[in-house]
Amino acid sequence: MTTFLGVPAPRGVGHLRGEHSFPDAARGALADSQLRRNLGHATHTIRGKRASVVGELDDWEQLRLAGSALKAATMARLDEHLERLEREVTARGGTVHWARDANEANAIVTRLVQETGETEVVKVKSMATQEIGLNEALETAGIEAHETDLAELIVQLGGDLPSHILVPAIHRNRAEIREIFLREMPGVDPELTAEPRRLAMAARAHLRERFLRAKVAISGANFAVADTGTLLVVESEGNGRMCLTLPETLITVMGIEKVVPTWQDLEVFLQLLPRSSTGERMNPYTSAWTGVTPGDGPQTFHLVLLDNGRTAALADELGRSALHCIKCSACLNVCPVYERTGGHAYGSVYPGPIGAVLSPQLTGVEDNASLPYASTLCGACFDACPVRIDIPSLLVKLRARHVDEQRARTVPSAEAIAMAAASWVMSSPARFAAAEKVSRAGRLLGRRTGGIAALPPPLSAWTASRDAPRPPAETFREWWARERGGAS
Amino acid sequence: MTAREEVLGRIRAANAAAGHPPPPDVPRDYHRTGSHPAGAPELLALLRDRLVDYKATVLDAAADGVAEAVQIALTEVTGPVVVPPGLPAGWWPDGLAATRVTDDGLSPADLDATAAVLTGCAAACAVTGTIALDGSPDQGRRAITLVPDVHVCVVRAEQVVETVPESSPRWIRRARSRSSADRRPRATSSWSGWRACTARAR
Ligand code: SF4
Repeated sequence: MTTFLGVPAPRGVGHLRGEHSFPDAARGALADSQLRRNLGHATHTIRGKRASVVGELDDWEQLRLAGSALKAATMARLDEHLERLEREVTARGGTVHWARDANEANAIVTRLVQETGETEVVKVKSMATQEIGLNEALETAGIEAHETDLAELIVQLGGDLPSHILVPAIHRNRAEIREIFLREMPGVDPELTAEPRRLAMAARAHLRERFLRAKVAISGANFAVADTGTLLVVESEGNGRMCLTLPETLITVMGIEKVVPTWQDLEVFLQLLPRSSTGERMNPYTSAWTGVTPGDGPQTFHLVLLDNGRTAALADELGRSALHCIKCSACLNVCPVYERTGGHAYGSVYPGPIGAVLSPQLTGVEDNASLPYASTLCGACFDACPVRIDIPSLLVKLRARHVDEQRARTVPSAEAIAMAAASWVMSSPARFAAAEKVSRAGRLLGRRTGGIAALPPPLSAWTASRDAPRPPAETFREWWARERGGAS
Repeated sequence: MTAREEVLGRIRAANAAAGHPPPPDVPRDYHRTGSHPAGAPELLALLRDRLVDYKATVLDAAADGVAEAVQIALTEVTGPVVVPPGLPAGWWPDGLAATRVTDDGLSPADLDATAAVLTGCAAACAVTGTIALDGSPDQGRRAITLVPDVHVCVVRAEQVVETVPESSPRWIRRARSRSSADRRPRATSSWSGWRACTARAR
């Protein structure tokens, strides 16, 4: 344990905490069979695409190792890279702002919009602005924020919350989307069908007019290159690019962990990200901009650098690796828990396996105490992660911390004791391998239905409301040893 | 204390609390180059494949046949065609019925009234099927390639490289000073009914 505990993201603003604990929220989601069908279908499709494009690259593992080392190296000198980024952006006509937390970032952006005299902004899909609850803050100030990402638009029109990092409306199917459009889009063709192409066209017609008249855009960033001062947004639809190009003022809100030291580093991440996220060789649109270019694109550019709990995560020797996340969502798509509960159960804008380790670190474990337990520790997330974040180990560590904190306060609960035992098992490779073999016995239990109706404690709390998938006949470690002759 | 000083201070304190983890060396033993030189016939074939897969139309042209290929690409376009101020001489087809509009800072509404755009590019990556634009004079402002429905993009054979690491240095040059971008031509929407035209320089 360290003495520096950092400053967590503040309470009462943004979307890092749910109203209910994970098990309570999950129970509702599990009862919704439509939701489970939508999620099952969507995650399976993305999983298949990802596997096939990742399989095309025979240097995938080298790219993952490079990506992981690049992130670790960046964090070790994060202060220097951010100062460099600030210098380069400023030298090219941009203005850099620093925000300690969500409240400060919201205040900065609100003031910047007010200074333009506009009361409407268009938005590029961004996790950071969702995290800080920017739309709500703008609304309080009388500024209307229009989401332009298709899925985000569906979520906004439906008065809903996003449930996936990349596909925020993954919990909706086509018929539901059609209904939302018919109800919420002024002037939409009443004959609109649920055909995906027709739905996309209706959304574009609705948005195009907005792009052409927008004066202010707000975006996040996927990467910021310190040595050139270049910001990048990668996306699928081109709507983000409209926002990044046509308005007069662009305000970008970026978590401080998004910086990369050099332009060359992009050659790694621009391969890892699209293949892991949407299962594409390259995302359809990658927009890069450096400060302000006279006569080309927004003529005023503001960059807001956001902490909001990130430095608290950085202070933890193990937990800091959660900041390496490039928000590809591969770990969500392979997660057996996410596939059944969906994103809302996690209560935070960062759902799934990465959310289960990132959210509690940003808010402090006590505010998201149930999330580290929202996992079966099957390891699929680590195998999928393009920057090799060891999510299962991080979860175990967070559980242990939660248990320690509880122990310090009260008599331990049964859950706490069981989780402490789990972390004892997970902390040693030999014990873990033995436990994996035991879990294989679960195959026998699950043989008839393909799922296990009840697991022994502590997982019984989990299986009370869901079926656990049958563990694989061969564990990953065994497969790896067989395929790679023991080399790791 | 300003927010800047405070956030930087927190980062330093956090790195100290985590025991000052040293920056690891970054192993760069992934493929930095492909197996074919820029412009190799194999790469042109692969790029064509990818672009067709993304629903672009690909036409081949000799170095002196660009205008002819552009004319074919623009056959069905009836509205005005916007071009960047630095469009290379010899690319515009003289027999074209469509009006040529040279961009001089057209407003979004002006651009909305154009039907197509004709530009060059900075580079193309064959493995991913990506075309990169960097705002050079033969490509113009980002907005002109964004609003019209059809984009005819002339890719010179020597601009076609195999891998992402080979392509990204080619669009940094201008990223240093100008908005740069790369995009994949595809016809997924009414906004980007792309057609690509490969001009083979001999
Ligand atoms: S933790 Fe890894 S797999 Fe999950 S979203 Fe982040 S980068 Fe992707």
